[in-house]
Order: sequence, then C-alpha cells, then structure tokens
Amino acid sequence: MSGSAEEVKKHIDVYMKVAGALAVGTVVTVLASFVEVGVALGIVIALIIALTKGSLVVAFFMHLLEERSRAIRWTLALTVVFWFVLMLVPLFTMMDHTGTPKTLPNANASESHAEEAH
Amino acid sequence: MENVTTAEHVEHEEHGHDEHELSFLQTYVFSQDHKVIGIQYAVTAMLFLLFGFSLMMLMRWQLAFPGAPIPIIGNLLGQANAPGGIMLPEFYNQLGAMHGTIMVFLGVVPLAVGGFGNYVLPLQIGAPDMAFPRLNMASYWSFFLGGVVMFASFFVPGGAANSGWTSYAPLSVIATEGQTWWLVGMLFLIASSLLGSVNFIVTTLQLRAPGLSFMRLPFFVWAQLVTSFLLLLAFPPLQAAGTLQLMDRVAGTSFFMPSGLVVADQALEISGGGNPLLWQHLFWFLAHPEVYVLILPAMGIVAEVIANNTRKPLWGYRALVASIIFLGFMSFVVWAHHMFLTGMGTTISAFFQTTTMIISIPSVVILSALFISLYGGSIRYTVPMLFALAFLPMFGIGGLTGLPLGLSAPDLHLHDTYYVIGHFHYVVAPGTIFALFAGIYYWYPKATGRVMNEVLGKIHFWGSIIAINFVFMPMFITGLAGVNRRLYDGGMTYAHGQEVMEWNAVMSYGAWALGFFQIFFIFNFFWSIRNGRQVNDNPWQSTTLEWQAPSPPPHGNFATPPEAYRGPYEYSVPGASSDFTMQGQASGADPEPARV
Amino acid sequence: MEIPYTVTARPDTGLNNVKLGIWLFLASEVMLFGGLFSSYVLLRVGAVEWPAGADFVNIPIGTFNTAVLIGSSVTMVLAYASLKLGDLAKFKTYMASTVLLAVLFLLVKSYEYYEKISHDHLPSHGTFLAIYWTMTALHGLHIIGGVAVNGYLWGPGSSMFHTKRDQFIGRVEAAGLYWHFVDLVWIFLFPVLYLL
Ligand code: HEM
Ligand SMILES: [Cu+2]
Repeated sequence: MSGSAEEVKKHIDVYMKVAGALAVGTVVTVLASFVEVGVALGIVIALIIALTKGSLVVAFFMHLLEERSRAIRWTLALTVVFWFVLMLVPLFTMMDHTGTPKTLPNANASESHAEEAH
Repeated sequence: MENVTTAEHVEHEEHGHDEHELSFLQTYVFSQDHKVIGIQYAVTAMLFLLFGFSLMMLMRWQLAFPGAPIPIIGNLLGQANAPGGIMLPEFYNQLGAMHGTIMVFLGVVPLAVGGFGNYVLPLQIGAPDMAFPRLNMASYWSFFLGGVVMFASFFVPGGAANSGWTSYAPLSVIATEGQTWWLVGMLFLIASSLLGSVNFIVTTLQLRAPGLSFMRLPFFVWAQLVTSFLLLLAFPPLQAAGTLQLMDRVAGTSFFMPSGLVVADQALEISGGGNPLLWQHLFWFLAHPEVYVLILPAMGIVAEVIANNTRKPLWGYRALVASIIFLGFMSFVVWAHHMFLTGMGTTISAFFQTTTMIISIPSVVILSALFISLYGGSIRYTVPMLFALAFLPMFGIGGLTGLPLGLSAPDLHLHDTYYVIGHFHYVVAPGTIFALFAGIYYWYPKATGRVMNEVLGKIHFWGSIIAINFVFMPMFITGLAGVNRRLYDGGMTYAHGQEVMEWNAVMSYGAWALGFFQIFFIFNFFWSIRNGRQVNDNPWQSTTLEWQAPSPPPHGNFATPPEAYRGPYEYSVPGASSDFTMQGQASGADPEPARV
Repeated sequence: MEIPYTVTARPDTGLNNVKLGIWLFLASEVMLFGGLFSSYVLLRVGAVEWPAGADFVNIPIGTFNTAVLIGSSVTMVLAYASLKLGDLAKFKTYMASTVLLAVLFLLVKSYEYYEKISHDHLPSHGTFLAIYWTMTALHGLHIIGGVAVNGYLWGPGSSMFHTKRDQFIGRVEAAGLYWHFVDLVWIFLFPVLYLL
C-alpha cells in the first residue's frame, strides 16, 4: 500500500468491507456445517468458504493484490506449487498400494467415539 | 590503500548507530559480521566433520574385525558401549545414525552454506554484509545449540539416537531417549537453516552491486541462491514431521504408529491409527532436496575454481544457470524414489522413476559443461584445482551409479545395500567434500592474506584421492553381492556375503589412511595462518568481486562500494592487457581497480 | 557501515529487505503448516472412523474465537493505516486492540484446553485429538510470538516513530503481514478441526 492520505482512506473503506465479508463467511461456514450434505460435499463446501476468506485476507489485508514485486510473486507461486505437491502425500500413500491393506483399523477412534461422546 | 580503508571504516561506524568500539565478545563471539560468522560456521562444521568421521573410523574397526576388541580407544568408550573394548550392536547403531546426521546436518551443510555462503557470497556480490546481520548471528547460534544437543545426546541413558539418520518410525518412536534429543536438535538446526536461507535470498536479490545483473552473477552465487530456496521450502515439512514424532514420543500420540503394533511379543499401549509411511514421505520430502543442498554449493565452488584455473570463461554459463534452477525445482518431485520398497504400487513408482530420470538431465548438463570448460584451457594445477578436477569424475561415478537406484526394478535388488552407501558417498565425500577442500584452499588467502602450503596440500590431495577410492569403490562390489547396510558385523553371518567379506578390511584400511592424510590438512590449515606465504589481494588473478576487497576484508568489506561492468568470467579476453579482466573494472581502466 | 535498502525500496526489485524477508519467511510457514495439513488428510482418509469435531470441541466457542482473531486482523490493518496517516495515537489504540484480542484468543483457547484435559481428551487418546492438539498448539505458539512482536511495537518500539518513521512503518507492515498469516492459518484450522 502506498501513497497519499486519500488513498489510505480509500483503503480503510475496503478493509471494513472485507471485515464484513469475513464475518459473513464465518457465520456461513458454521451454518453450512449443520446442513446434512454428506462428508465429501461438506468438506468441499467448507474448503471453498475457507479459501474465499483466506484469499480476501491475502489480497487486501496483506496487500498482495497491489504487490508488484516479481520476487514476491514468483516465490509465492513456487510455494503454492510445492504446497500442492506436499498435499499429494496422502494420495501417494493411499493410492495404488501393494501388500498391506489400505487401511488398518483405527481402534481408538471408534472406542473413544463411543465412550467419550456424551 | 590500507589507511584509506581504515579511515572509511571508522567514518562508517560513526555514521551508523551510536556503535562504540566493539568488545572482544562482540567481535569474535557474538559477531554480526558475515565474515566472522562464516568462519565460525566453517570451523564448527569442520570440527563436526572430523567428529563424524571419527565415529566412522571406529565403526570400520568393527566391520573389518567383527567382535575383536578395539585397540587403545576401546576401553575409553565405557562399559555400556563397548565392554572389554568390544563394540556392542546398540553402540554401533548409535555411531551409524549419528555419523549420518552429523555429516549431513552438522558438517557439510553448515560448511557449504553457513561457511562458504556467509563468507563468500556477500563479497562476490559486492555487498557490505548480509541483509540481516543479527538474524545471521542468531542462525549460527541456533546451529550451535543444535550441535550441542546432538553431541550431548551421547551421554543420556541409552546413548544417542540409534534409528539411522532417517529415523524411520515406528522404530524411532519406541527407541531410547537419545531419539528425543535428536528431534530437539533437529528443530534447532532447521530453525537455523530457515533464518539463514531467508537471509541469503534477501541478500542476493537486494544487495547486489550496481551493474551486477542476474546473468552476471558468479555461478557460486546462483548455486547458493537455489540452495537457499530448497532449504526454505523443503525443511519446514520435516519441521512438521519432527514435531509429530516428538509428540509421538513425548505426548503418547500415534501419528506414525499403526494400530495393533506388537513389540517384543507385547502389544503396545497406544491409540494407534497412525501411518509409518507418513514419516517417510515427510522425511524424504526434505531429504531429497537436502542432497541437492549438499551438492549444489559444491558445484558452485568447483565452477569458480575451474574458471579461474583454466583461465577461460565457463563453458555454457546460461545452460549452467538454467540447469541449476531446473534441478532445484525438480528436486521437490522425486522424493519417493527412496520408497520403492514400501509397498508402493506401479503407478506411483512409474511416476517417481520418470521424474528421477528427468532430474538426471540437468545434472549431466552441469557436469558436461564443467568438463568442456577444461577443453583448450591452459590449466594451472594448483591445489584447489586438483580438488576441483577430482570432483568431476568422482561426482560422475556417484551420479551414474544413482541411475539404477532411481529405477524401481533394479532398486529391488540394490535398495539398502552397500551399493547405496557407495553411490551417495561418491557424491558427498570425494564429491562434495573435495569441492569444499577446493574452496578452502581457494578462498583461504582472502580470509587470511596468506596461501596454504602447496606441498602439504598436494600430499593431502593425492593421499586422499587414493585412499577414498579404496573406501568407497569396494562398496559397489559388496553391495551388488547383496550385503546390507547398517549391519553390525558387516554381513559376516550371511551366506551371500561370504565371497566379498575380505573387502571389509580393505575399506577399513582405506578409511584409516584417509584419516591419516587429513592430518596434513589440519596442520596446514593452522600453520599457514601465521606461516603461509603472504600474498596480495588477488593471488589467483581472479575476476570476481571478492578479490577486489582487501585480504582480509575489513568490517564493511569494500573501501568503496564496487560496481560490476561485465560478466563474472572474463578470462583471456582477446585484446585485453592481461589474461583476466575483473568484474569491477570499467572498460579501459587498468586491472588494479582504483580505490579513491 | 549501513546495509542498503533496509528502509527504502531497491529500484529494480521494488522492495526493501524487510518486506522480502517476511514474505520468504511466510512462504516457509506455508510449507510448515502444509506438512501438518497433509498429515491430517492422510490420517483422516486412512482412518476407519473419524470422530466429528463436535464430539470433542465446542463449536460456539470456536466460532467466537474465530471472530476474535479476524477482529484482531482488522485492527492490525487499521493500525498500519493510521500510521501511514501519521496518527500515532490512533495507531496505539488499534495496536492495543490487536494485542488484547490476541490475548483474549489465547485465554479462550486455554479454557478449551482446560476443558479437554478435565474430560481426559488428551492427545494420546486418538488420532483426531492428537492432530487437534498439535495443530492448535503450534498455531498458539505463533499467536504468542505475534503478541510479543505487536506488544513491542505498541510499547517501547513505538518511540522509533519519532526518530526513524519509515523504518518503523516498515516494521509494522512486516508484523502485520505475519499477523494476517496467523489469522489465515486459523481460517483453515477452524473448519478443519471444528466443523468437518
Ligand atoms: C569420507 C569419509 C566417510 C566414510 C569412510 C564413511 C563411511 C560410511 C559407512 C561405511 C556407512 C555405512 C554404515 C552402515 O551402514 O552401517 C556410512 C553411512 C552414512 N554416511 Fe558416511 N562416510 C564418510 C563420509 C560421509 C559424508 C561426508 C556424509 C554426508 C555428507 C556421509 C553421510 C552418511 C549417511 C547419511 C549415512 C547413512 C547413515 C545411516 O545408515 O543412517 N558420510 N558412511
Ligand atoms: Cu533422492
């Protein structure tokens, strides 16, 4: 963010709007979690909302939208690529496996589920 | 000239913050000067290299003469480790795991990046210091603490970590206390390299001298830049994994512990539900880029030394730069070639062996370009050049023997055998370590104003190159015969190992001979500080900016901030008055840059 | 000796050192939390059964804390804007709010931890709890770091406003970038651990 008092004031307007959007997003994501849509769709919806909120923070609060520096943009692009590669780890582990069964019983999850949920 | 330097120096000090005369502690211990920090890094790292190597010399006794008491030192190791001087298997495992850890994380990386990067990089780009001197100091001390923790772990009950440098779960989770220390040590080391890498990247991008555009950067700077990006982005997942393993050990979680695990006929009391493969993925997500962290700075050093001693520009500078960037990028997508035998299916194996074959291309380009650079040069066989020349075939052997390991079918046979140990040691020992020696001999005059003794240097070189091949070449033979790595008795009890067992003693004699020839280096290193031949600021008649600074450079480095007028390797330019034209020399001026 | 471009931007990169440095640091943080998220996904898809977050966590409290953290991000950016306008008093007010909101977040988090411990919901009792504790604790450490930095800039550090204003603004900007990032992580942690 650069420049004159005028510009800064304009920015403040934007910040308030973004704040509003983030508040709405938080409410929506909580409400959505109570709607029965199945696990898969639920995850997708929650992640879409989180991504939207996250992008708002990055774009406006962190001023990435105005960031002209190529060094920063390239670094972040690279990071995003490697981040996605990292996110493939579960896929590489679970998919296309020989030998041991894909899943081992998670003994405790079911146990604690039954016992400790009131 | 000298007077001007000091006057400038004092003036700068006064301009800056109200700095007083720096105390002894500030100058030499908690220094923020990149050169002092570089030397601190380098000396600490060399001590760790020596220590890690000594662990290996001990292990080699056990491998050569399984079950025989170790002469002299054996009794000093303590009853818990070596009763009657005979090494216990538990102790062997500690030595192996700590040899790997120390060599990689406390030796080579801190020397190549912390030492050479810190000392040389700011000078080569004409900067007064690193961008964040205080962070730089913090980085060193974090490294130091990590080293202390690692070292101290030998003295806790059960001794140091003993699950290999890879610390595979579940073994590492149920291992003795030393593993917890290992994890804590690693957290410090990772924090240190994070601070360092941010600093290197910012310094390189921001503090380049005027005129020093990216395509004029010395190749060493490129190598450090790419390395820093690897450290920046690959280490954090291991930080995460280390935290998870720490939780498994300390808080009793089961991130890496599957359900129904039985140890020594007893079901473990854990919640289960974790996945040991998760550790392997996160570990190798770091550790493959890490091997490039071990080799890229070495390539950078070798490139500098070769250009200087052939008196020729590097062949294919642009191709070198493109290759090293591509290499850095690809190193993030090959990691699972270390995991072909984990039950990985054919689809994923095919993917990773393809990326692995692709990544070998830029390595070959770099190696070829360096070889071709020799062609037609009037080579000066100085000590640094000997080490740099040896690097080429040694790294070549290491690289080529890696190809079968990257293909999943031959890896079925070779995985976890001594063949692997041979392969990567050719890369890191006669490869990287030799390059680091080249760098030490090459930049020593910059740091001290004196050159190291040439005769001792040559003895060191010839002794080392012969001995080291006796250590590592036979490993291919025993490995191909199927002898596993990490065996306490070197494979004695296995039928398939019988025919190759006599090589174990050969390798051990090689290792001890290698140790013997390092004495020449250690002596030379200290002796030359006072007694080496005194030389001028640019004894090798080199072109890059660091040789324009006084030797040793004062605080703030350059008397006047340098400018770059040309590429980094203008050797033997037709029509020039001498066979090298320094980067900081405006056209037509005389080669000794004017310092106003 | 002066290091160039600590305050002013280098013409060809358009950046000063601090700003580039903090972005690089954040890039590594992305990979750090990425490693944990990746682990979460793997453990979750590998599990035969996964408890609903609601069995262990309190959604209203979590929602409240999310709002608190977003609020602190807003006051942070307002603090920075006030500084740009040259208004130190306003900066101090907003910065104080940022710090207080962060402390509130930590208090609420501690209460949640206390609840868990008293119900014996310890990390060793299942993969969900394990990852919940690890991720929130690591995030909490980041909050504590942020409180320290922001508190410093609000208090003793702010005297720099009078002596080296541009450098001070640069520091606040960097602290802000970090703080928004910590908020950003929570924006993902909240649905992942509380709602899914
Ligand atoms: C130059 C002298 C060196 C010698 C004689 C040597 C020898 C050995 C031997 C024999 C092993 C196999 C031990 C076993 O499987 O039981 C080994 C393992 C290893 N070495 Fe070296 N090495 C040397 C230098 C280095 C260097 C410079 C590095 C790294 C930069 C290194 C990294 C490793 C690693 C990572 C392992 C694997 C440890 C494990 O199994 O967990 N070594 N070394
Ligand atoms: Cu690899």
